[in-house]
Amino acid sequence: MAAPLLQTRDLSMHFGGVRAVRHVDFSLAEGELRCLIGPNGAGKSTFFKMLTGQLQPTHGQVLFRGLEISHAHAHEIARLGIGIKTQVPSVFDGLSVRENIWLAASRIHSRMQTKRIVDEMLERVGLTEAATRLVGQLAHGQRQWVELGLVLSTDPELILLDEPAAGMTHEEVLKTAELVREINRTKALIVVEHDMQFIRMIAQQVTVFNQGSVLIEDTVESIMRNPQVRDIYLGKQAAA
Amino acid sequence: MNARALNLLGLGLVGAIGVAFLVLIPRLFELDVVLELTVYMIMAILALSLALIWGYGGILCFGQSAFFGLGAYTYAIAMFNIGESTVPLLLAIVLPAVFAALLGYFMFYGRISDVYLGVITLTVTLILFNSVNSTAGPEFRIGSARLGGFNGIPGIPPLNLPGNRALPIDLEGMFYLATVSLLLTYFGLRLLLASRFGRIIVGIRENERRAELLGYDPRAYKLATFTIGGALAGFAGCLFANWGNFVSPTIFGLAQSAQIIIWVIVGGRGTLIGPIVGCIGIQWLTTALGANQPSGGSDWWAKVFANVPLVLGIILIAFVLLVPKGLVPTLGDLGQWLLSSRGKRAETRLEPKQAEEG
Repeated sequence: MAAPLLQTRDLSMHFGGVRAVRHVDFSLAEGELRCLIGPNGAGKSTFFKMLTGQLQPTHGQVLFRGLEISHAHAHEIARLGIGIKTQVPSVFDGLSVRENIWLAASRIHSRMQTKRIVDEMLERVGLTEAATRLVGQLAHGQRQWVELGLVLSTDPELILLDEPAAGMTHEEVLKTAELVREINRTKALIVVEHDMQFIRMIAQQVTVFNQGSVLIEDTVESIMRNPQVRDIYLGKQAAA
Repeated sequence: MNARALNLLGLGLVGAIGVAFLVLIPRLFELDVVLELTVYMIMAILALSLALIWGYGGILCFGQSAFFGLGAYTYAIAMFNIGESTVPLLLAIVLPAVFAALLGYFMFYGRISDVYLGVITLTVTLILFNSVNSTAGPEFRIGSARLGGFNGIPGIPPLNLPGNRALPIDLEGMFYLATVSLLLTYFGLRLLLASRFGRIIVGIRENERRAELLGYDPRAYKLATFTIGGALAGFAGCLFANWGNFVSPTIFGLAQSAQIIIWVIVGGRGTLIGPIVGCIGIQWLTTALGANQPSGGSDWWAKVFANVPLVLGIILIAFVLLVPKGLVPTLGDLGQWLLSSRGKRAETRLEPKQAEEG
């Protein structure tokens, strides 16, 4: 079997006495699309932050293509080819949509290429009309698209999406699912999502986080039938 | 009119005003006015240095006067030792830049947060003030230059034409030099900000974490911005030492540091022309207020207005509360609002006509 694209070994993150992530061994193959689910506070976002260098793990390792990146800086990890769309859109609010995408594309492309790449990306995420508007003035859904455009413009090998469908209308969710499948033709992805409908549209394999650890890893169908998962996750939601 | 054309129009306008200023002022005014305007031009370069690092780089530096003072002192000391101004001028730019780079390295790579950055830079300039202030004794000398402590260094030799110490620059020459330097600094910064580097530092100001996640190292970009700002402030300091042929430790003081911040706040962060306007306006006001010292029997309000720090304080508070974006950005917003509301009125007038046609 080929070496995994991303691997974590015994990865843990403690905040004082709180153990947000505990002994996570996770592996993702080249070109794979994996969904992460789990109740709020299960450690999914913390896990993402450790993968992207925003947090330094308390102990354990992160390996990307066999290279240890556990203590690398966020910008170094980005340059190695991991991109992230965060839960709350992290964009350049004071700049226009075009300037946002330009900043991302300009990191890897020459000046001549950048203009073409930006135009293509604006088209791809459906923001050509809004290109000159300030991102801070856009609706939440559109800001999500801007951030996705930023991530795609740096052409990463692995893309992490933290709740990409949150706060989107049904049409936008369908469009997002389609885009995610399209991205997955060439890139590996890890997607954190709560919306099971959305997950069924995009993924085969699902990893369930609970209380900082991996509870189970299986196909979407078996996860949805699993009574344990229903209890900790779906059951709780149904009860709420 | 699109943004690009507007941008070019603005640049042309600044250039035209600059050239007209350069040509007309010495012909229209007496030497004392020209001398006064010279120092405004020099301070405007200092204002631009903070406009770059704070307004565009998002780095709140309370100690821009440290680099300004270092530039002035470096020039003075080097000039007494060398006598020909080419090397002292270069040193007055390089030394503050190196100092800024060292200080910046520890602050940015040490991940010091914004508030502490302000505190550290302010402390650094006050340390310099105290250190230089206590060098009055004859034992404090660098080569043949006495530091002079709180008395400062008088009689600093002026700049000369490059390589020829027999041709010093006279007072009117200083006006031309300062004004041309300001124009070059302005256009140079415009070029820098339009470049890839300039757009990235603005991105980092907007969202440092996002810039990092896209693969830019904010520490390196901030360090470069801070160093350029230090070099510019040092250059302004060199011109300042030339202007009065004198430099004293008050150049590092709290009042000087605070003034630079006030210029930028009043003029507007995120513009270059704003801090120039703010700097010239405030300095003109300071001079005008200071010139009208009330006599013993004057009214109380005359005394209040003659208290320059008080008036400057009121202006600062008024701007922070009422015009937080600063003069130039607010005027820009106002212009845009007027244009758009006129556009809307034109549209409403068109509507009935279109209905008739339909």
